[in-house]
Amino acid sequence: MANSSLHRVVITGLGAITPIGNTLEEYWEGLMAGRNGIDLITAFDASEHACRIGGEVKGFDPYEFISKKEAKRMDRFSQFAVAASKQAIADAGLEINDSNAPDIGVMIGTGVGGLKVLEDQQTIYLDKGPSRCSPFMIPMMIGNMAAGLTAIHTGAQGPNSCTVTACAAGSNAVGEGFRLVQRGYAKVMISGGTEAAITPLSYAGFASARALSRRNDDPKHACRPFDKDRDGFVMGEGAGILILEELDHAIARGAKIYGEIVGYGMTCDAYHMTAPTPEGTGATRAIELALKDAGLAPNEVNYVNAHGTSTPANDITETKAIKRALGDQAYKILVSSTKSMTGHLLGGSGGIEAVATAMAIANDRVPPTINLETPQEGCDLDYVPNESRAHKVEVALSNSFGFGGHNVTLAFKKYRPE
Amino acid sequence: MNQEIFEKIKGIIVEQLDVDADSVAPESNFITDFDADSLDTVELIMAFEEEFDIDIPDEEAEKITTVGEAVEVIDSSTKAS
Repeated sequence: MANSSLHRVVITGLGAITPIGNTLEEYWEGLMAGRNGIDLITAFDASEHACRIGGEVKGFDPYEFISKKEAKRMDRFSQFAVAASKQAIADAGLEINDSNAPDIGVMIGTGVGGLKVLEDQQTIYLDKGPSRCSPFMIPMMIGNMAAGLTAIHTGAQGPNSCTVTACAAGSNAVGEGFRLVQRGYAKVMISGGTEAAITPLSYAGFASARALSRRNDDPKHACRPFDKDRDGFVMGEGAGILILEELDHAIARGAKIYGEIVGYGMTCDAYHMTAPTPEGTGATRAIELALKDAGLAPNEVNYVNAHGTSTPANDITETKAIKRALGDQAYKILVSSTKSMTGHLLGGSGGIEAVATAMAIANDRVPPTINLETPQEGCDLDYVPNESRAHKVEVALSNSFGFGGHNVTLAFKKYRPE
Repeated sequence: MNQEIFEKIKGIIVEQLDVDADSVAPESNFITDFDADSLDTVELIMAFEEEFDIDIPDEEAEKITTVGEAVEVIDSSTKAS
């Protein structure tokens, strides 16, 4: 039931399946160590592709979370989401039962959904004809199925939806989940992003769009956000999920609290399908709106988890946007791109980066931007090059921008009882 | 019952429905014994068609509820073709 007064929303559980670790602990330890998750891809024969590198999830065992029969009817992007959600629920100590299930919802974003199953079935269609296409193709492929399957496998019967805003999808999902809890439509939202787009067709398309790094002979140094020698993003895969919970509900059950979500800003460039506006004006407004939503001033921000894709366009315009939105404060804070370690998970990135930002708040430690050797001219902020740093993080922002001109900023704050 | 066909589809059933090979008997019912849903059944029939290079019309497929019935339909289809 919607309530006219706004509720505080805290983060009580985290889950992560990433190219640098398949548990929250491994992921965070990897971020702190500057672990590099990028390598030559093994998912398919990429020898004819312009880009042959990526951040694959390694050693993921879906059967740890899902039965064999159930896992077979899920695309990898859904397997990641269900697994990370189960981790987050366990981490939160949250029990979903008949009485609370309607108050617990799911909001999980994805950029492209089940590309793998689509590509496999298209091949079957061409080889053997329409009558051989799997009855599971459509339910496996559709992007909302990560949210649907997460509900099926956890019992969460509350609000359930999916954001599909390309590389902003995960952050949109966290933002929308935050709104639903804040406004009283749910007590708990299982929110985040997931992606499994390391597939032949995806690599062909992104490479044709000239979006991907071609540093195939040196994968470990290919993803280098804010560095002058960067040449495109490196695809990653995985899922990051947060348990967003109404504060009183969390306190009543004695849950641990990582931090609070306090603001959500969202804009569109209304400019170009894939390129940001040269001055980063849409991104600037997203940051400003998140701060306004949170009732925070620029000088209260300590850390920005950047979108930081390592593409020529993003890193310059995002830097401009941070400076425009935060003014002088931009030079007093830390800004880092964890994509330097994980690669770019498209719709999953907002999920794992919200997890990283929540951990930075909880631990007062900031993950680095690895591979930053010579900063790009104009990229003159403190990007936490190569080594994680102890740093008091009271307020942090996480940026995500997507094809279509979508700009999303989330604002996080250290939890203080008031 | 054609034992050769039975053994072949047993393998397919075990793989697709994740059931024990020992539990697959001619009288086993796909829905009540193996917890198959409508999509599973469609997928199974397609796998049988593929394996035996036959075409099972929908009206035939709809009548199949047990493993033994599947063997019969496949047996008559392979003889017909």
